[in-house]
Formats: sequence, structure tokens, C-alpha cells
Amino acid sequence: MSTSKQIAFSRRSFLKTSALASGGMLIGFNLFNACKQDVKMPIDLSQLNYNDFNAFIKISEEGKVTIFAPNPEIGQGVKTSMPMLIAEELDVLWDDVYVVQAPLDTENYTRQLAGGSQSLRQGWEPLRQTGATAKQMLVNAAAARWGIEASECTAKQGVITNPNGETLGYGDVVLEAAQLEVPEEVTLKDPKDFTIIGQKTANVDIDKIVTGKPLFGLDYKEEGMVYACVLRPPAFGQVLDTYDETAAKAIPGVIDVITIGEKTRAHLEGDNRSWTAQISPSDKIVVIAKTTWDAIKGKKAIKAVWKQDSEAETTEFHDEQLMQILDGKKFRTRRKDGDVKKAFAQADKVLERTYESPFLPHNTMEPMNFFANVTPEKVHLVGPVQTPEDAAKTVSDMLGRDLKDIHVEMTRMGGGFGRRLYGDFVYEAAEISNKIKKPVKMVSTREDDMATGVYRPAIKYRIAASIKDGKITGYHLKEAAINGNMYGLIPNFFPAGAIANYQVDTANYKSNITTGAWRAPYTNFLASAEQSFFDELAEELGVDRVQLHMDLLENVKNNPEPKIEYSPERLQGVLKLAVEKSNWGKTSGEIYQGLAVYYCHNTHVAEVADVVMTNGVPVVKKVTCAVDCGIVVNPLGAMNQVKGGIIDGIGHTMYGELTFNNGEPQSNNFNTYQLIRMGQTPKVDVHFVKNDIAPTGLGEPTLPPVGGAVANAIYKATGQRLTKQPYMNNLQAEKVIG
Amino acid sequence: MPTFNLKINNQTHTVEADMDTPLLWVLRDQLDLPGTKYSCGIGQCGACNIHVDGNVMRSCLLQVSQAEGMNITTIEGLSKHGDHPVQEAWKAIDVPQCGYCQAGQIMTAAAFLEKNPNPTEVEIRNAMNGNICRCASYNSIEEAVKVAAEKMS
Repeated sequence: MSTSKQIAFSRRSFLKTSALASGGMLIGFNLFNACKQDVKMPIDLSQLNYNDFNAFIKISEEGKVTIFAPNPEIGQGVKTSMPMLIAEELDVLWDDVYVVQAPLDTENYTRQLAGGSQSLRQGWEPLRQTGATAKQMLVNAAAARWGIEASECTAKQGVITNPNGETLGYGDVVLEAAQLEVPEEVTLKDPKDFTIIGQKTANVDIDKIVTGKPLFGLDYKEEGMVYACVLRPPAFGQVLDTYDETAAKAIPGVIDVITIGEKTRAHLEGDNRSWTAQISPSDKIVVIAKTTWDAIKGKKAIKAVWKQDSEAETTEFHDEQLMQILDGKKFRTRRKDGDVKKAFAQADKVLERTYESPFLPHNTMEPMNFFANVTPEKVHLVGPVQTPEDAAKTVSDMLGRDLKDIHVEMTRMGGGFGRRLYGDFVYEAAEISNKIKKPVKMVSTREDDMATGVYRPAIKYRIAASIKDGKITGYHLKEAAINGNMYGLIPNFFPAGAIANYQVDTANYKSNITTGAWRAPYTNFLASAEQSFFDELAEELGVDRVQLHMDLLENVKNNPEPKIEYSPERLQGVLKLAVEKSNWGKTSGEIYQGLAVYYCHNTHVAEVADVVMTNGVPVVKKVTCAVDCGIVVNPLGAMNQVKGGIIDGIGHTMYGELTFNNGEPQSNNFNTYQLIRMGQTPKVDVHFVKNDIAPTGLGEPTLPPVGGAVANAIYKATGQRLTKQPYMNNLQAEKVIG
Repeated sequence: MPTFNLKINNQTHTVEADMDTPLLWVLRDQLDLPGTKYSCGIGQCGACNIHVDGNVMRSCLLQVSQAEGMNITTIEGLSKHGDHPVQEAWKAIDVPQCGYCQAGQIMTAAAFLEKNPNPTEVEIRNAMNGNICRCASYNSIEEAVKVAAEKMS
């Protein structure tokens, strides 16, 4: 699956070096684009220009390595694992490596490294190439000093050794190395020689996090900065009519009350509308204050009147619309193998089920916020956003400013889960600062954050399978989603390629509720639905669940042209491992097990949930997870991602739900919206498949299947097939107790 | 605007604020102690947990006027060198993912273990149940509390 092998590298064009005025060697490199021909390498660390390079590596005369990278950390640990790849091939001690988030005075940053689960996969080859190239230059410099061939030297842990046993530290030769030609060809290590990759490595920001140092957007401050809270329409479909700010202005800390919205609206209606602009077209009332609390109090004191501008939708309305879609015929066909209609007509039996999921807010622990300082010279934006380049473009379009005047800096992010892909909070901060001509920090309260979000849309799946002579002959999946969800690759996931007659159809209802990506987009509910369906299908066929999957995956292997994205061998591998480690089928009578096996986000996963009944309620006690993500770069970070994904998945599957009444979200804080807490969490037992395949991401792929595993276990425990999330709201109490 | 004398991390600060201002915002906006985090503002999540006379408390629910005369400790003052046994355990287990809730988690665990240095698993789960971690690092938090307990007992 890895595309990295296909990239033709010319080290010369991806990497440049210089000798630093203050001593040491500086390497500037790009991951996916060649360096521009005319760019000059800086010789001063204050001049690092992230327009020209993705990142820089400094090797000091003491042999210490500093990696300067402006890429954001959302919580998936890429700020630790990506530097590990460089350090491995550079061959230095990890203790000598420092990772520095691009300094906040960097003013030219408009390019981002890829975020999310793709980072490690995409960086796997280029980052190691960069480290290996730097190492080769250091070896070449040492060889030149000794007057021997570079091939006669060895380098390990920051020390170069010649055949006589003489040594030079990397730091001893940095100045010479910086002057050398960049080698075209370098050799990467054999995975069995890795000394950093595969080692348990703590998060590089760990000391700052446990001592409460300012790292996050909400912690960012500047001299003269004021705070702003934004009163947005309380319901989707509403816009501002009139308002009275008298009471708000009477609060001592309140500086001013203004409105914003026209610039956002012009952007929404213009030709350059960004996909990240998931934002209400209404005017909004902004309270500017000396402190956050004054702004919050001021916002509460505003008396606003809202008017209906478009549909006031309710959850029941959404349910009806989506059901009508599923019952109808207007679909876009995403994949069609064989003839599903014929297979169904000739079947002995057709099993059909409908699966339903609600809207979900992201609920990052750090609510949306952003700093903006719009001056005649420049637009300075600082905060937690996953799409800085897009934010810069959008603000440039909104404010009519030259793109080169827009500077976006990223802070550490208090969770993302997809929410910070959308830049609505950046645009608001920019529009406010543009109007008040002051540096401002826009802060959303929890209530604002949850009730004016960009949600995972409600989705319903109808899955039907035909059975003939004890075999599955056809599989037809229909998706009805609010605003659109499924993308092109999903139809090439399992069970595509396993069943001769196979079809995937999708359709949408267009709503005025803002929706977007949510952790493991496209599959976060699909996996639950399909994995529940296969469990029921196995029961219907009277075959063992594991055997059914193994057999279907055999079909894929025997299919000469399966046109799939997953590997049937790797799915079988994780399935076998999960079965073995979970004691599948051999547990005592009080433990009910459910299984799911799934591929998404480039990673293969199998999960077994153990459920027990406590006081008549099903409780998930343990989840055994087998993962094939290729080489595990950082086992500590990987373990965190896998466990977090599973528990997060269980939380949302069991409890997560945002409903609407007349366009208004019916939850706006954690007293009315249940997030999973420690008392509800199972122990997660993780097993990685060991192989030498290029690594794939872990931020997302363990989340989608767990809903299926849990539903299948609850079925065994209660006899109820749960098809509607959140499961805890849809369990029949009498059956539970009975 | 009234003034208040606050004893925070063994230092006395005089601040001007409205009576009803939550201590959370005084810490963050006025005293440059941003380690105490805002997340829900209604005492549901524990991200803003601090110690008040040794007890764990939600700083979003404690008004500045109520905090006078009390011994307040924030994450910044939990230890001089970031080496409280709970902080050490958090580092050893590499608990944080996004990290935003962790100061609150650490403050809860530290106050709990001070009173109960030999907790059972059920007691740990009950003590930590008031702190939400959206990244769901709960398995690691639980493990780290156990590691810290071993050091503190």
C-alpha cells in the first residue's frame, strides 16, 4: 500500500546545507516538494524560513542535534515519532536529539506537514532519507580529513571511526560537512539494525505538560491583548435580527460590543470559498473585554433576537429524511461488481438490516480559540489549527490582504479529532481584530464549542446480503447521510472483493447544520454497522464468526481482480492473533465476547470485546486488540493511540449523541453530553503484528471496529441486536434484566 | 473593583477582580499560571483542578472571594522541579496524548494519594472518575496512579 517507494528522490533538490555563523551545520529539507532553485540557506537560526523548507536540522559542534519543525501536535505523537525517523538514520543517541516547535517569531510559515494518521506513513521514507544523507555528509567530511575513502569509515551513535580505530565525533566535522556536495544516493538501514525506531520513546513535550507550562492556544498571550467571546445563533437556520448590549456594556471589564459577520459571509458567497469554511452566515455579536471572564459574563448579558433564515430541523426530521432516502431509489453508485439484483432474486434468503447513528460533536478538551492581530503591516494569527495554510488563504480572501502578509503559527492542540481542520474560529478572530484594531484572543466557552460545532453527521446504513446454498452471494450497502460522508475509497474496503455480487450506493440530505470530519472519518460508524451485520450473517448461516471471515478473505485471495485497498493476508493475520490472545470461544460463562475485524486508514485491526452483566447492565471489561500497522516506530506512542482509539470508540458508541430541536443542539456541556469516564473503561490488551512493512498510522484505525465488537458481545449477553447508536440509549431494559 | 489577597504556591498575590470571578480565570488571565486549564466551566471535567488546603477542588467553581486565606496549590507549584511522584509516574508511563487535561488529572491523583497512599483499583477508579480525558488515555492514567502510589506509600 505504501506509495513511498514510487517517489524518485534526488537528495540534491530536497535538501540543502549551510554552516551556521554561530557554529554547527544546518540542514534544511522538504518532504514532498523539491526545494526552490534560488532559495538560500540561512546561516543564522533566527532566519529559518519555513516558506522554503518544511523543517531544519542543526548539528552543533558538540554533536547535539536539534530538529526545528513547525508541524502541529494534536495528540497522536507525531512530534516525537517523526524526529525518531531522522535520528535513526542519522545514527545519533536519542538523548542528544532536541525537538523544537518552530519558534513563535517565525513569520513566514505557510506550509504544513501532513497531519493525522497519514503523517508517519508519508514521512517514513523521506525523513529517513534526510537523516541518512546528513550522516553520509558527515562521514564524507571525516574521510576527507583522514584522506581515505568514505566507504572505509563507519558511523554509529554520533561517532565516525576509521580502519585504524581513530574516531571523530559528528560535531568535529560539521563545518566541513556543511561545505560538501549533497550526495545523490544513500543507503537506508536494514530494519533489524534499528536502534531508535521500535524503542519506547516518551513524548518530547512530556516535561512541559506535567508541569503546566504554556503550550496550548488558550495559553498564548501578547502584550495589549484583549479577550473576545462571540454570541452566535443558538440554532442552525437562525440569523441575528436585533440586540441590546446595554447590560453587557455596564460590566466593568467589558470594553466594547461589536458585530462581525459580513466578511465571513462575503467569503461564503464568493468564488474562493474554502472547504474549511463550515460557519454560520449570520452576523454575530462580539463582547470585547479585559479578561476572559469579563467577556463570558458580557456575552451572557446580551439580549439578542434571532430570526429564522432557513429550515429549523429536528432529529426526528433528519431520521425521516434519511429513512426516505434509504427507501427510495436516488443513489450514486460507488462500486458495482456482478449483479446484486440478480443474486437477491435467486437467493434462498435475504438478510437486511438498517443501522443508525446520531450527530456527534468533537468536544476537544481545549475549546476552540484563536489569537489574531490585524495591523496595516501584517495579519498575525496564532493558535490550534490543523490547516494553517488554508486558514491563511481564507483570511487573505476575507480581509482582502496579500497572502504574504498573513502569518499563521500553530500551538500545541488540546485535542483535534477533526474539529481543528475547520478554521471558523480563525476567521472570527481575524474579523474581530480587523474591526477593533487590537490584538485579540477569541475564546469559545464549552457551551459555544458544543452548540456551534462542525459535527460528525447523522448517518444510516441499510445493508442487505443474499444467501444461496449456505453461501453469501450478494452484498448491497446503501448509505444515507446528512451532507455527505462517504468518499471514493470506502467501497474498496472489506468485503469488496470477497463477494461476487457487490454494490455500494450513497445519497445525502443537505442540511444547514455544519458537518465535517470526525476521528476516523467515513468509517467511524460504517465499521460498527458492517461488523454487526457480519455477526448476524454468521449466525444466519450457522457458521462460526471467525471462520466466516477467514473464508471470505480466502475468496479475496482467490479473486484474480479484487480491486481492493486492504490486504486479505494481513486481515487474516490480525484476526488469528486476536482470536489467540483473547481466548476467543474459551472464556467462562460470565464473559460474553464480540468480534470485529477491519481495515481503514491503511491499518489492519481485529478486536474482541469482553462484556459482563453487572446489575443487569452490560459492561465492557476488556478489549483485546491485534494491530498490523507495519513497523511500530514508537511503541509507547503507538500503545497510547491504540488504547485511546478503542476507549474513545466505546465511549461514543455507548453514550455519544447530539440531538436537535428546531435547529438547536440539545446538549451544550458535559452535564448533558456524556463522555466516557475512567469508571466505564475496559482494560485494553494490545498486540502488534511483527513485520518489516513500512509503518502506517494509528490515530484512527482502532476506533471504527470497536462499536461492532461491543454490539456483538452485548448481543451474546442480552440477546439484543443493537443497530442504533448510542447503544446505552437503545437497550431494552426488560430484556437486559431478563 | 474589590481586591483579594491570595496565597498561591506559597506566594501571596493581590488581585483586583469582581467577587464572582472564578479562581480559574484569575490564575490564567491575571497571575500567568496557565497550567490550570479551562474546559467545561461547570465542574464536570476536572481540567481546572487545584489543591485548596490540601483538598482537590474545581477552580472554575471557586469564586475568588472564597479563596482568600486558603492555601492554594496549582500544577505549577505541585513540586519545585516537576518531580512529584505523580509527575514522575506520568513521565514514566508517558500518559499524555494531547496533554490538555493532564494537569487536572495529576492534581486529582496527587491529592488522592496523599490521603490514600495504598489505594485499591476500585478506589483509584472512583477517585479519577471526575476527570475527563477526551483522548481516552484512561488505561495509562490508571497505571500511572498505581506507579505513583508505590512510590508514595
